[in-house]
Amino acid sequence: MKKYTYMAFACIVLAGCQTTSMDQVMETSGSQVQTRQIQTRAFDTTNNTKTLRTIIATLQDLGFVIDKADDELGTVSGTKLDGYSLRMTVTVRPRGKKQTLIRANATYNVTPVVDPQPYQQFFTALQKSMFLTAHEVD
Amino acid sequence: MKRTLPICIFSLAMFSLVACVQTIPKEALQLTKESFELRQLQTRSYDTAHEKKLLVAGAGVLQDLGYNIDESETKLGVIVGSKDRDATEAGQVAGAILIAALGGGSVPIDKNQKIRASIITYPTGKKTTKLRVTFQRIVWNTQGQVSKTQSIEDPLIYQDFFNKLSKAVFLEANEI
Repeated sequence: MKKYTYMAFACIVLAGCQTTSMDQVMETSGSQVQTRQIQTRAFDTTNNTKTLRTIIATLQDLGFVIDKADDELGTVSGTKLDGYSLRMTVTVRPRGKKQTLIRANATYNVTPVVDPQPYQQFFTALQKSMFLTAHEVD
Repeated sequence: MKRTLPICIFSLAMFSLVACVQTIPKEALQLTKESFELRQLQTRSYDTAHEKKLLVAGAGVLQDLGYNIDESETKLGVIVGSKDRDATEAGQVAGAILIAALGGGSVPIDKNQKIRASIITYPTGKKTTKLRVTFQRIVWNTQGQVSKTQSIEDPLIYQDFFNKLSKAVFLEANEI
């Protein structure tokens, strides 16, 4: 009898991973506000194109191959392959008259990156190339 | 025995739980000494203010090498290309035959690969433009599974690319 209890327990744990895979479509990893906070920084510049070029150079420094870039829309995507696949999209948009908001989101293999640390590392690398400080955004 | 069974099941359950969570390696988004060595390897500076012409020459080299252009954004100096190629290696084939001969059954070997390249240009002065190229590849085996995902860091490959680019810049300047 006990054996079955354990087996049932194991099955429940297994099922705990995911119920319906279609749930992933609208799946979020945290609150919208929190996610944005982790992924976004403000920089004191208004030059969109130059910012995008610097983002591209930083991604290349970090070992990414660029997938696509759009100056008008202000987006850049890239993929890093190193025994894993790390996909990143970075977007740029003006904030007020003096600042630019940069937001990055990353996917590691098939999992969204929710840990704040990798984003912090990315912005640290970026601010070195930008010669500007990354400000946290509320 | 009575005691070990629950432990076994519990560890199996824990293992399956762990399998669900994948975490990003700590160094994935960190600049290292190696990143700067790679930058040097993958970048050349050209005495021209014509960024667009340099980009076109880069696209020409990709075509010379059989790549198809996937994406481009001239305003940001970006060209992305890829090609699908055979990935069979003689050594792996020989190994698979040997294992089969010894009765080890069939072993999957590398079959196809997708090679991707991105070329980025950026003006660095009034008369100089830099160009950086990066390559990576994904390899699939005979069972259709991904067997390798890697950045290409072989210096010879980059030297070869820039030799071809110099030639292309010359050919295009002379309209050949």
